Order: sequence, then C-alpha cells, then structure tokens
Amino acid sequence: MFRRCRYVTRPGIFVDTAGGGIIYPLRMDHPDTPLADLPMDELIVCPQCDAIYRLRRPAHGERAACERCHTALITPRQNAGLQIIAVAMAVMVLIIGAAVFPFLTIDAAGTSNAVSVLDAALAFSGGPMILLSLATAALIFFIPLLRVMLTLYVLIPVVLDRPAARHAVAAFRLSEELRPWSMAEIFAIGCAVALVKVADLADVGFGPAFYMFGALVVLVIAQDRFLCKWSVWNSLEHPKKS
Amino acid sequence: MQMVRMELSGTSQEILSARELGIVACTRCSKPAPMGTPTCSRCGHRLVSRDRLSLQRVWAYWTVGLMCYIPANTYPMLKTRTLFQVEESTIIGGAVELAQYGNWGIALIILFASVVIPLAKFMAVAFLAISVKRRSVTSQRQRHYLYELVEYIGRWSMIDIFVVAILSSLVQLKTLAAINPGVASIFFALSVIFTMLAAQAFDTRMIWDAQTKDEGPKTND
Repeated sequence: MFRRCRYVTRPGIFVDTAGGGIIYPLRMDHPDTPLADLPMDELIVCPQCDAIYRLRRPAHGERAACERCHTALITPRQNAGLQIIAVAMAVMVLIIGAAVFPFLTIDAAGTSNAVSVLDAALAFSGGPMILLSLATAALIFFIPLLRVMLTLYVLIPVVLDRPAARHAVAAFRLSEELRPWSMAEIFAIGCAVALVKVADLADVGFGPAFYMFGALVVLVIAQDRFLCKWSVWNSLEHPKKS
Repeated sequence: MQMVRMELSGTSQEILSARELGIVACTRCSKPAPMGTPTCSRCGHRLVSRDRLSLQRVWAYWTVGLMCYIPANTYPMLKTRTLFQVEESTIIGGAVELAQYGNWGIALIILFASVVIPLAKFMAVAFLAISVKRRSVTSQRQRHYLYELVEYIGRWSMIDIFVVAILSSLVQLKTLAAINPGVASIFFALSVIFTMLAAQAFDTRMIWDAQTKDEGPKTND
C-alpha cells in the first residue's frame, strides 16, 4: 500500500517509479559539509522515522518520499488547491444532503420504514447509549463537515494568493488532528454490509442519500490524495508570493 | 551500484536521523528546529525528539481497550425482536448462528472482521511497543509497515458499530420485527477508540532508533 519500487539513475539520486518524485539523501548530496551546519530552511525531516534530508521541492506531479520508511513527504500537484476546494465544496453539499434525505428504505409485509443518516446515528438510546449516539453522529456527520469547512477556510486565501486567514494555522492543525476521526466513508461501506444482512429479511430500497454517500467515499479519498500537507504548511508560513 | 546494494540489504546506515544531528523535527509539519526548541515555529506543535512517555500512554490506552473488548464479546450486540420471540446475540453467537443456518461465508467474514482483526491489532500494538525496548528480529521497515497497517485498519473497525446503528434504525417494523442495539456496542466502540488512541500515541521514530543506539548512545534528549 505504501511501498514504492525505485531505481537508481545516478549515485545518490533516487527516482520514485510510482510518482516520479526525486529525493536526495543528505550525505550523498554534500558529503563534505559539516552536517549540523546546514541551515534549517534547507532540511526536511520525515515525521514518521526522523530521517533527515536536504530539501528539494519536487516538480508538479512528482512526489518526494522518505527513502527509509516510504512516507510521502512532499506531493505537489498542478492546481491542487483549486481541485481540493472544488472537491471540498462537493463533499460539503453531499454530507449535508446525505444527512437530511433518507438513505435506505425497508419494506416487509406492508410495513415500511425510511431512515436518514441522523436517524441511524441516533439509534442508540437509553442511558449511557446516548453517548454512543453522540459519538456516532460526530464521527459520521459533524467531524467530516467540520473538516471540510476548515479545509475551505484555510485553502481559499492560499489559492487566491491572499494573506492567510486569521487563525489559519490553528484551523489546519485541528483539521489534521481530526483526520482519523472523520469516518463518513466507513459509514458508507457500513451501509453496504447492513444491506447484505437485511436483504434476506425484507425488501430494501435505496434513498437519494445512498448514492450521495457512494459519491462521498470517492471524493473523500480523492481529497486526501490531492492534499500535500507540506505545501499547505509552507504556504501558511510564507503567505505572500513575492 | 553501491546504493543499489544498500537498498537491497535493507539497512539504512546512509540515512541520518535528525536526532543524530542535534535537530528536533515537528511530527505534524516536518519542519526541523535546533534541539531544545520548545514549540514548532510553523504550526505551534510541541517539539519532542523522542517522546519518552509515548510507551506509557500506549500501554495505558491498550489496557483500557483490551478491558473494553471483553464485555464487548460477552454482552449482546443486537437484540432482535420478531413476532414470536426476542433474541439477544453476542458477536460470536451471531456468527455461530449464521454458520448453523449454512451461511458459512458471512459467518467467517464476521468472525474475521470483529474478532480476528481486533485481536490482531492488540497483538500488533503490543509487539511494536515491546520491540522498541529490546532487539527485534523483524526489520525496521517491516515493523514500520505493520504500524501503518494497524493505523490504517484501526478506524475501519468502527464499521461494526455503524452496521448496528443502521440495522437498529432501519429495522423498526412495528409489531413485525425490530432490532435494537445491545450493551456490547458501547464497549466495542470504546475498545476501537482506545485502540486507535494507543496506535496514535506510539512514536514511530523509536522503531528506527534501535539500530542507531547500538552504534553509540546519544546524550541529548
């Protein structure tokens, strides 16, 4: 999943065959420089394994990956900002739509029932189960929505070459911290599993929200792939293009 | 050609870690700073070269997660009420029942997703936490890969809870049939959440330290 094959073009230069990114191990690049003397601006450290490299910005479409643990460090893309904003807006509309409209309907022997996402989240009731309802609602609706809004808030000024929005650093930090807790796409797959379980018992139909969730899965994954965290942090640190 | 050999042998001696150069890096935005800098100038994250309390937090979350996992299996996950009977089934009980009806495939999938994967996650986190303390036979790259796998799979365990939520909100057919969540669901959710927290608390940089430590201890923290 995270591994990339690589080959060597010249000593010391690794080409990532999957994305075409180039990364230079520090020692190879400047064998004689006293290592601790290098300026901080010219270094990048892998957050996963602490390997240190001389910073080289890969061109659009290339990706710089850590030589040691293969974590993607810099993955710039042409117009990534605009693409992410477009996708984020679509995701926002879909999340709200998917939450309001019914996503599954059931029909058995004359009785029928239609549920929306919020109905599903609030299925846990009685005593401490309320907490589970709140947690579920947060995981599948509020956190994904909040993350999308934070992304828009941070990226729109960056893409328009404006000064960074107020508290943009805190906003992007929160968005990154919430990343693992945003589970809309997992809920979507959960729908499919639930369908298989109920299909024997009753007639199950899809509401409009079901297809919205289908699209949502694809878009959420696309959004995470487009986003180069390093580029965002870098542009927040140096907001104006001089 | 020398580089190719280095890659194949799987060692990473040519790559230096920031710690060896007296540099501490931000784990959130990957910006380096001189050792001793308290917070990252770019994103404000606290800078720690190696999180010494990391393992304690891992074990704390891990223990709570495991404790929650036991009632998650002994209490009923679903209460199914049909015309004539009320049935309460645990995770394993439900799977066994499916198998008795001949649905071997689905029974195995449920057992795999709700029993094997959670237990494997507990073992993997424990293995990683133990392996950074003592010499490990498995390579650093394999352990790092294991960590990424655990971190990636962790969130997907919540799917069980979501399925219970969907089923119990959907199957509410008045007198005909109704499904309601059982007590186990709350313990299962807690177990998943604490396992995720345990994985997040783990400082992966420690995996890559074991080797450099042997070459000579570093005094600066």
